[in-house]
Amino acid sequence: MAALKFPSDVRYAQSDEWVRVEGDIATVGISDYAQDALNDLVYVEFKGVGTKVDAGDEVAEVESVKAASSIYSPVAGEIVEVNAALETTPETVNSDPYGAGWLVRIRVAGGVSLEHLMDAAAYQSYCESR
Amino acid sequence: MSGYIPHTEVERQQMLAAIGVTTIEDLFEAVPASHRFPRLNLPRPMSEMEIVAEMQALADANEHAGEFALFRGAGAYHHFTPSAVNHLLLRGEFYTAYTPYQPEMSQGTLQAIFEYQSMMCALTGMEAANASHYDGATSLAEAVTVALQAVDRRHRIVLSGGIHPQYREVVRTYNQGRTVEFVGDNQPRTAAELAELIDDNTAMVAVQYPNFFGQIEDFSKLVEVAHAKGALVTFVVNPLALALLKPPGALGADIVVGEGQPLGVPLSFGGPYVGFFAVRTRYVRKIAGRIVGETVDRDGRPAYVMTLRPREQDIKREKASSNICTNQGLMALAVCIHLALLGKTGLRQVAELNYQKAHYAARRIAALPGFSVDMSLPFFNEFVVKCSKPVAAINDALIAEGIIGGYDLGKDYPHLKDRMLMCVTEMNTREEIDVLVSVLEKLA
Repeated sequence: MAALKFPSDVRYAQSDEWVRVEGDIATVGISDYAQDALNDLVYVEFKGVGTKVDAGDEVAEVESVKAASSIYSPVAGEIVEVNAALETTPETVNSDPYGAGWLVRIRVAGGVSLEHLMDAAAYQSYCESR
Repeated sequence: MSGYIPHTEVERQQMLAAIGVTTIEDLFEAVPASHRFPRLNLPRPMSEMEIVAEMQALADANEHAGEFALFRGAGAYHHFTPSAVNHLLLRGEFYTAYTPYQPEMSQGTLQAIFEYQSMMCALTGMEAANASHYDGATSLAEAVTVALQAVDRRHRIVLSGGIHPQYREVVRTYNQGRTVEFVGDNQPRTAAELAELIDDNTAMVAVQYPNFFGQIEDFSKLVEVAHAKGALVTFVVNPLALALLKPPGALGADIVVGEGQPLGVPLSFGGPYVGFFAVRTRYVRKIAGRIVGETVDRDGRPAYVMTLRPREQDIKREKASSNICTNQGLMALAVCIHLALLGKTGLRQVAELNYQKAHYAARRIAALPGFSVDMSLPFFNEFVVKCSKPVAAINDALIAEGIIGGYDLGKDYPHLKDRMLMCVTEMNTREEIDVLVSVLEKLA
């Protein structure tokens, strides 16, 4: 657990996604904790660019050697970009979950609130309590 | 049956005690006593000998293919199956259609599935094939599911009227409740006319090869148009014909489906049959069923594993969109053994025999007054005969001579009234064909 990263420039959802908002673009990925729990990822599939989502809607699906899991958007908006490189190199999610392993970018409408999401400290203690 | 160990009386008492009742009868308390053993109006009990005799009498009331000169196909075909197929199929090690729950424990079953998949890929010219579907019709229905998922937010499926009418019915039944429209098969259309129906909302175009009338249409332009519009192309095929024809993979097909029955599965009064399903690797994550793969174990020996079950309920739980992890494994095994026994050359010889005998019969029938044969397109082992009187009347006369005549096309295709779809396979001797022709001659 100690080796896992919990960067403080993103917010976290209980379902283990992270989100980083820059301007009106929210980048979404899965946490280091999540990739570690899933083990080696072998497949990533996205909802199409242009799909409008509410917070909690599925935006991607990842499959690891252990399980197939849905990835939910922590925010509402429209998918404007997906990390298509992961379709051939899903292992990037394991090696760099907060960087090159991002999953989708969502254009958020208006002033997006991240109040319902955890900060790094809260998420870390949430993970440690599981 | 070495593993059969019944419960002991002590164990039964322990189980009853655990749920708080004293006797097994207590479990049926909710059923009123008067309804537990109602008097049934049944005939007197019979001995085993009497039952066998009765069942035999019922079975004898059926006519079966072997008793007739059979000239009907239309989706179910009379072919020769080497007896080794059945002998191997009935071995205890194989004799189940069920998926092993610890699949890797059953290396023999997995190897057979892997070989079946590989042969279907070779035959269709595709990159991946699954371990089978229930039949040809449901495999086409599943192709629709794949296309709707592969091509986002499109809702039109173009179906050729040359696809088996029952397959098109099953496709519609299977997809009811979905936002999808099926077009194209409400009237006769050439491949070029079908292509005109492909729009920006079209997810898939499906054609049959050879088509229901036995004919080999040129779909090259249609495939081009479909791909240019971003739609998938599905070929429904007779696998035996593929031993002779250019494989659909080489014609640009994205999905190839069909009925495996012509490859070693008996007619059996309609089933069980086996559907096959092959795709380009690009779509492999969208398919139903399972794919077995070949790998090596830690000592470097060949080993087989359950590689992919992308939509099945045992993997995807509540998100599953398929549950055919238990499918036609036994019939797929029959196909596998049949193909392995015939080999590439043997299968081609069977296909050539079908082609040549069908063409001999077609030429002879075409020469009869009162009959004509549609030779406008190349055909495989089926062809359409235009008759001068109703097909039912001709078939009645034929059956009196021990001949099962062609399929009455007027039932499914009103514009093809008085036309019969005839099928000739390697099972039809030249003598049978000559008798058929002489009987038809008298009917003209």
